[in-house]
Amino acid sequence: MNDHVIIQLEHITKRFAADHNILDDLCLDIHENEFITLLGPSGCGKTTTLRIIGGFETPNEGRVLFDGKDITSLPPYKRELNTVFQKYALFPHLNVEENIAFGLKIKGKSRDYIRDKIRYALKLVNMDGLEKRMPDQLSGGQQQRIAIARAIVNEPKVLLLDEPLGALDLKLRQDMQYELIRLKNELGITFVYVTHDQEEALTMSDTVVVMNQGYIQQMGTPEMIYNEPENAFVADFVGDSNIMDGLFIHDELVEIFGAKFPCVDKGFGVNKPVDVVIRPEDIDLLKPGEGSIDGVVTHIIFKGVHYEMEVTTPNGYEWLVHSTDMFPVGTKVSIHVDPFDIQIMNKPQSEDEEALGVDE
Amino acid sequence: MNKRKLLSLPYLIWMIGFTVIPLLMILWYGFQGKNGGFTLEHILAIGRPEHLGPLLVSLLLSVICTVVCLLIAYPLALILRKAGLKRSSFVIFIFILPMWMNFLLRTYAWLNLLDDGGLVYVFLQKLGYKGNIVGTYGAILLGMVYNYLPFMVLPLYNAMTKIDDNTLNAARDLGANERQVNFRVIMPLTFPGIVSGVTMVFVPSLTTFVVSDLLGGRKIFLIGNIIEQEFSTASNWNLGAGLSFVLMIFILLSMAVLNHYDTLGEEDDG
Repeated sequence: MNDHVIIQLEHITKRFAADHNILDDLCLDIHENEFITLLGPSGCGKTTTLRIIGGFETPNEGRVLFDGKDITSLPPYKRELNTVFQKYALFPHLNVEENIAFGLKIKGKSRDYIRDKIRYALKLVNMDGLEKRMPDQLSGGQQQRIAIARAIVNEPKVLLLDEPLGALDLKLRQDMQYELIRLKNELGITFVYVTHDQEEALTMSDTVVVMNQGYIQQMGTPEMIYNEPENAFVADFVGDSNIMDGLFIHDELVEIFGAKFPCVDKGFGVNKPVDVVIRPEDIDLLKPGEGSIDGVVTHIIFKGVHYEMEVTTPNGYEWLVHSTDMFPVGTKVSIHVDPFDIQIMNKPQSEDEEALGVDE
Repeated sequence: MNKRKLLSLPYLIWMIGFTVIPLLMILWYGFQGKNGGFTLEHILAIGRPEHLGPLLVSLLLSVICTVVCLLIAYPLALILRKAGLKRSSFVIFIFILPMWMNFLLRTYAWLNLLDDGGLVYVFLQKLGYKGNIVGTYGAILLGMVYNYLPFMVLPLYNAMTKIDDNTLNAARDLGANERQVNFRVIMPLTFPGIVSGVTMVFVPSLTTFVVSDLLGGRKIFLIGNIIEQEFSTASNWNLGAGLSFVLMIFILLSMAVLNHYDTLGEEDDG
């Protein structure tokens, strides 16, 4: 990743119906050699953003710049980028080799060049030896690798990936995540990745762009997005979290359900209502009376690495707690949270602002 | 016999009674000499000028008819694919609608339009066309195309709508312009549809005798008319069966050629 901006989205607005904007005045800079992920629930506008970059949709307003040049109205076949589509979209009438050669043949490359490229690409995606297979003779994971190979032989400066792992099973998905990181490092090109899977986004990306209702909610490194969510939507969407109403008593002290919690945040005013976010793994369970607020374990599930528990406090709120220690249902416990694990956020003024979020 | 086999019994009886036995009867009559012995006379009769001429005309007309139907139906199917399901199914409905009326009636209707005093006749006369329309190859071709076009539209439309949008987007993404998308992706993917459309138009137009009977004005005889006459007016079942057999061979051959190209299309590197 370097400072050179390769794709610039300038005030993009896209609507399919007159009264509903899929994207609303979206601005985004994508840097060269960056692995950037657009993350959000379905309908948040992430796929539309990708399709606008790819040239399959035209924005109603705004411009798309590629290397500084305006490509807003350029058709897809003239753009120097390639797409890996959801569900692969391999050509069913062509075998693996011919699928990969498709773009090169159209560009009129020589037979030798194409043959070398196919060999190189198949090796890169660990698929050598399957040249003559037809797409319907391949598993989902294999088809996905071919779709990637078919895109990268064209040496695009930017590779667009539209939920490429969505149709794969969990184990394969995790393997492919590492493959994609390796590929990106070997190719040294920009990846623009679209997913609704927060784990995928956090694992692979240099930059995560959390989107909702056509707006960018937060943009930053995976660590920033996870540890310092800027609003309740991001906190809720990325990872599990407890999002609670709180009262910011004064600097470094917040009240939750009548209990006082020391925190590290400052400058939210005095006695101001705020949103408080606490990650379930940041909650320590102590003996009753030793923590900030007492409760009872009401639910427990074994998740492999940890136990997932619900601790109900007297006001009826169920705290989500992750711990490697087991507390049987009915155990009286006390909740303790370290000050730096408490994230304070301003309450949104209106519903619209919740969507608007804190842009950039 | 178990239950499953019992279920297939009616179909088996149907197949044997209405396909296998009639075919065997054609063979029987076709190879039967005047005195009941075996002969190739009725098969070789196709070489006689009064049979060969109509066969060649039939072949030519049905090939032209198939090509014209393909040229009309293919762009239509392409357009309908882009039009979206709701609008396109209405257009398809309009195209299919004439098929709900009897084939004979439809052809009679064309006879009225094309015959002396008919709407099309008068119109063409006004444009300066002299002479009859009925009794020309053009009239027969028109009747064939009109009657068999839906059989080309349907399989093409079906094949066309099965193509995923993203498959085409992938081609565009890889640098293909619309012409290349058409020739390198849509065409090979719709090839099975083309083959079944061609089959469903070519075979009935090769064997038709109703269209040429009505629109041929007793001047043009296709191989279908010849065979029909042998069975009806001439009462020469042996000759009729022999010629039918030859026609069947022609159809089987053309199907074999088409199927050959179909599998080639799958292996071809486009």
